[in-house]
Amino acid sequence: MFIPCDRGGDSAAPDFKGFTLLMPAVSVGNVGQLAIDLVISTLDMTKVGYFYTDCLVPMVGNNPYATAEENSTELSINAEVYSLPSKKLVVLQIRSPFIKNKYRPFCETLLSWVKSSKCARVVLLSSSHAYQRDDEQLLGTPLRYLLTPDLEKAVGGRMKELNWKEMEKVAAYPGISDTDKVLHIPGGGITKLLFTESCSEGIQMAVLLKFCSEGDNIPDAFVLVNYLNEWLQLIKSEVNPSSQWKIPSSWRLLFGNGLPPALF
Amino acid sequence: MATFFGEVVVAPSRAGLDEEEEAREETPEDREIRREIEKKRYRMEVDVLWTWQAGGCAKEPLACSRFIVAIGRNAAAFLSSFILDSVCWEVVGVVKLWNEWCRTSSTTNVLPTDSFCLFYRLISDPTVLLCQCSCYVAEDQQFQWLEKVFGSMQKKDLQVTILSTCPVADYKTQESTLTLVSPFLKALKTKEFQEQVCCPLLEQPNIVRDLPAA
Repeated sequence: MFIPCDRGGDSAAPDFKGFTLLMPAVSVGNVGQLAIDLVISTLDMTKVGYFYTDCLVPMVGNNPYATAEENSTELSINAEVYSLPSKKLVVLQIRSPFIKNKYRPFCETLLSWVKSSKCARVVLLSSSHAYQRDDEQLLGTPLRYLLTPDLEKAVGGRMKELNWKEMEKVAAYPGISDTDKVLHIPGGGITKLLFTESCSEGIQMAVLLKFCSEGDNIPDAFVLVNYLNEWLQLIKSEVNPSSQWKIPSSWRLLFGNGLPPALF
Repeated sequence: MATFFGEVVVAPSRAGLDEEEEAREETPEDREIRREIEKKRYRMEVDVLWTWQAGGCAKEPLACSRFIVAIGRNAAAFLSSFILDSVCWEVVGVVKLWNEWCRTSSTTNVLPTDSFCLFYRLISDPTVLLCQCSCYVAEDQQFQWLEKVFGSMQKKDLQVTILSTCPVADYKTQESTLTLVSPFLKALKTKEFQEQVCCPLLEQPNIVRDLPAA
C-alpha cells in the first residue's frame, strides 16, 4: 500500500517507528482534511510517499502547498504521506472520497500498515453532523475527543488537565430507556470503524472531532487544528494561534471563480 | 437543510456515508435493484482482449515505447479525425466492460457514436500504441482497467501521453470563465518527463479526476 518517494541516492524506506500518525477522516465539511492541510502547509512537511490504493476516487493535480514557481509543479494525488522527523510526526492526507464498498478494505489495510510501520499512536481528525446533537451537546464546546483503552492509560490524564470533553455515547434505541449506549458519529465517515477496530486490535488511537455543518468550513478547520495543538503543541500558541497557521495556495477559489464583468 | 422555498431536503454530504445508513433508507425494491447491479458488475469484470491472444499465444508483455490514451468522446474524436487511419494503424485490442452508463463489446467495428475502448498499433513502429476510450469507466472499474492494460505492457522507458477534456465551467480561475478564450490546453506532467510541454501547466487549485487521473 505505502510506496516511498524515490529520493535518488537515499533509497531506504522512511522509518516511522515511534512516530505519531496524524490523519483525517473524510467527514462532514471535510474539516479533518482541511485541518491536515494547515498542518502540512505550516510545518512545511516533506512528502515521503503515497498510498497506492484502489479504494479512493483517483485524482491528480499540481502541488497544493506550492509557495513559488519552483515548487509548484510536483504532482500530487489522492493519498499522500508527509513527515517531520524532528517532531516524530508522520501525516497522511486523503483528498478524495471512498469508492463504493471499498472503505472497509481501506481501513483494514491502513491499520495493518500502522502496525507494520510501528507507529506509536494514531491521531484521527474528524467531524460530525451538528444537527444531530442532543440538547446537552448544543451547549458548550463543539469539540470532542475519544481515546482507545491503550492510549487512555497513557494520556487520559492530560485530557482531564486540558478540560476536554469526551464524545458521549447515545442510546442504541432512542426513545426506549434502559437500553445500551453506543458510539454514534453521524457524518464521520470511517471514524467509528477505525476507532472500534483500533480498540479491538490494541492500537493507540485518539479521535479529535468537531460538530459542524456543510458550508464554509475553514473556520471549523482552524478550531480543530488549534484543539489538536493544545495537546500536541505542534506550533507555539501563546499569542493568537489562528494567525500562526499558513493557509495553502490550493485553498484559493473554494467557492467559485471571479464574476463576469458583464453582470454589472 | 432548508431550500429557498422553505422545504427541508437532505443535502448530499461530502462525508463518506456508512453503507448501513444508506441501506436503512432503501426500499426493498431499491435493494433488489442494487443487488442485481452489483451481481452483474462483479460477474462482468473489465476484460482486455488483445488480438494475438485469440490464437492462444502466451501472455508476454507487449513491448511499448509510447502509449497515447484518449479518454472521453472529444479526445477519441480528435484521434479519429487527425491521427488514425486504416493504412498506418491496426487494431490490436479491445476492452470489454459493463456499467450502468455504458456497455462495450468485443467488436472492433465501431461507429463514432458507440461506446468503445480500442487499442491500435502503428504498423511502421509496433512499439507505438494508441488507445481510444470513449466509454465511461466507472470509478470502481478504473483501477482494474489500469492494472489490466498496463499489466500487459513492458514499462521500461515507456512514455505515456493522456488526452482528455473537461468543461470550461469547471476551470477555477480568478477571472470569470465567460471571458476566457476557450478551448485552451493545460498539462500535468511527472518529474520524469523531461521534454518540453506544448502548453502551460495546470494551475492550483485545479485537479483532474477519474480515469485520466488514475
